[in-house]
Amino acid sequence: MKFGIIVFPGSNCDHDCYHVVKHVMGQDAGYVWHKSTSLRGFDCVILPGGFSYGDYLRTGAIARFSPVMREVARFAKKGGLVMGICNGFQILCEAGLLPGVLMRNKGLKFICEHIHVRVESASTPFTSSFRQGEVITIPIAHADGKYFAAPDTLKTLEDDGRIVFRYSTADGSVSEDANPNGSAANIAGIINEKKNVLGMMPHPERASERELGGTDGRRVFESVLMSFGILENV
Amino acid sequence: MPGMKANVYVTLKKGVLDPQGKAVKSALNSLGFKEVMDLRVGKFIEITIDGAGKREAKKRLEEMCRNILTNPVIEDFRVEIEE
Repeated sequence: MKFGIIVFPGSNCDHDCYHVVKHVMGQDAGYVWHKSTSLRGFDCVILPGGFSYGDYLRTGAIARFSPVMREVARFAKKGGLVMGICNGFQILCEAGLLPGVLMRNKGLKFICEHIHVRVESASTPFTSSFRQGEVITIPIAHADGKYFAAPDTLKTLEDDGRIVFRYSTADGSVSEDANPNGSAANIAGIINEKKNVLGMMPHPERASERELGGTDGRRVFESVLMSFGILENV
Repeated sequence: MPGMKANVYVTLKKGVLDPQGKAVKSALNSLGFKEVMDLRVGKFIEITIDGAGKREAKKRLEEMCRNILTNPVIEDFRVEIEE
């Protein structure tokens, strides 16, 4: 299958995503410049991390108007798999493809560390290789990762099982102590109603090889391959 | 090019936590400005536009605010056009 990795001015995890998809997962991959107006030939589109447009105004606020975003919306509407990681998650929220917004961390600092998240939903194309409730180790690297949404939006996400990852302790307790950035309901990742657009603050592409300290993130990519029938259940 | 000058004030909605405001408030308090009870940080945007009438200009500015200058989930805005 072929992954398209969108490159905005200021994206900086695009090469990491490309590397994992191409060299770790052994799939076809291509970069898509943000001015592109076609996503033809791609099976899954990744909006990578970084600082698109220098995070000016608000994170993702300018990138969402890049020409390619119209195609991303169309691709998503047709059921194509879209994954927004970190800045990609912020862009998907600004574009209205996911609800809510990511705000400045509660502690105001840029946080770069390995943390634990609990898999809240293993019934998505991005998480089917995990066990429900499994705790994984994965890095975060952001200054604006505090998920915020109106109470009724949070309730809908909760009721519909659309909270995919929550910050937790190593033993799976979702507590305030385990919440690195002050996110509402410890949210680290959510999915849209049709379950084909995922947004997550942690970086699965940075946890896909043993040499980098862990492979839990690789299973997000493996899940996608499973949903395309390329990988058997792992 | 004289144009029309507009001021756009972007503020966080009530109920949205403002950690930056909190940090600035406690900095002021610790500098001896004990009278500061609450403080919220927003954004101020100066815009010069080439517009015909004031009413039309205001309409366009509000459109800009809704489209990109603010995120309605967390922010409110106010537009002022200078005389």
